[in-house]
Amino acid sequence: MSKISVSNLNFFYGKAQALHDISIDILEHEIIAFIGPSGCGKSTFIRTLNRMNDTIPIARVEGKVTIDGKNIYEPNTDVVSLRRKVGMVFQKSNPFPKSIFENVAYGIRINGIHKNKADLNERVEKALNDAALLGEVKDRMNTSAFGLSGGQQQRLCIARALAVQPEVILMDEPASALDPIATQKIEELVVELKKQYTIVIVTHNMQQAARVSDRTAFFMLGKLVEVNRTQKMFTNPDEKLTEDYITGRFG
Amino acid sequence: MEHRIIDQQLDLLRDKLLLLGGTTETALERAMRSLTARDSDLAREVLEGDKIIDQMELEIDRFSVEILALQQPAAHDLRFVISVAKITPILERIADHAGSIAEAALILNDEPELKKYIDLPLMADNAAEMLRNALDAFTSEDAAASRRIIEQDKIIDKCYHRVFDELITMMVDNPTTTASAAHLLFVAKHLERIGDYVKDICELNVYLTEAAFIKHSPKLETA
Repeated sequence: MSKISVSNLNFFYGKAQALHDISIDILEHEIIAFIGPSGCGKSTFIRTLNRMNDTIPIARVEGKVTIDGKNIYEPNTDVVSLRRKVGMVFQKSNPFPKSIFENVAYGIRINGIHKNKADLNERVEKALNDAALLGEVKDRMNTSAFGLSGGQQQRLCIARALAVQPEVILMDEPASALDPIATQKIEELVVELKKQYTIVIVTHNMQQAARVSDRTAFFMLGKLVEVNRTQKMFTNPDEKLTEDYITGRFG
Repeated sequence: MEHRIIDQQLDLLRDKLLLLGGTTETALERAMRSLTARDSDLAREVLEGDKIIDQMELEIDRFSVEILALQQPAAHDLRFVISVAKITPILERIADHAGSIAEAALILNDEPELKKYIDLPLMADNAAEMLRNALDAFTSEDAAASRRIIEQDKIIDKCYHRVFDELITMMVDNPTTTASAAHLLFVAKHLERIGDYVKDICELNVYLTEAAFIKHSPKLETA
């Protein structure tokens, strides 16, 4: 079942067109990976899925993005609730200069999701647990988030995204700044989260796309070249351009 | 198109496989000649040469694993390494069958000649031709040729049944021929198995070229 449906999407930074006529369906509870060379538009694309590009004054979008059948570019769309539904994790972990607890509690508070203090505590713990971090931080919830390792900070950011009960999680190179062990934890977490969420992940690491995703989409020069089952994509892609990219024939 | 580090390694891997293939072809041809020309020295040379073939197999195994681990090939590159890694032990087994034919020759050459081996050389020629063509089809990544070679195995199977019937009749008619005829039966069986192995190589050629698994699917084999 389609969770997100993108049709004929064009995206412009001023006069420069960054995305050309993108159409793709993203299925519920799948992990879809977006790969492609730097500047190919994959990050721009995932930012169109929760209107993160709205913050860029010269940006302009044409086409349609529907989530659960509703066009998110309709003028009456509540962008705050859209971003709650479609959470995002960035390449560089960006915890707030607050305690571990407050980092996760923040989104719950500003969205008024919790009923009372006990409910807030419970939600923070659940989010940390779902992000596979609770065991490592439960004894120091009130210490600064900056005391965590890079991998832990990234999982904290994932916990922060999960705390507001999203349905889709966009991950923009979530493990590119992490060592192999921290990367493995993030990858295991991503696969685990698939049971509850739809996950869109941008990665430069093709082996990572191969390991975690159900489908892979290849972008090049702002165009969607191919989207296919990951197994097919890495053993026998349909498009020669995809083959050339994943076998390193061009950078 | 940029030069890739992996290209050099894949070329080297192909060269190693083709060298093993060529050495295996030679072993088969010499094993059969040791039988038909009653040349026991040649048979011993074939058996001695099997050690070199075993070493070649180990070297290709090691190199294939190294490429998989260090270069992490994908798509066609991956299928290429997988195909080589799977074709290699097949060639080694073909060479083992050539060795077994040489062993039979050593025994048969000490016995009076039963009769001219009319169908055995025919089987051997077909098997050798199939093997040569299969390796050519691997190099040129020619799936259509590979499918044609697979069909050629039927000729070898027919020859085998003819040789089998002929030798059984010989044993029944003249029981003193039983020991030698039994060795010839084994030779025929070795050649028949070589035909099957070449078929396996051709199936891997199709996998390399089309990413299709045609093994165990007779309809696809001839598609």
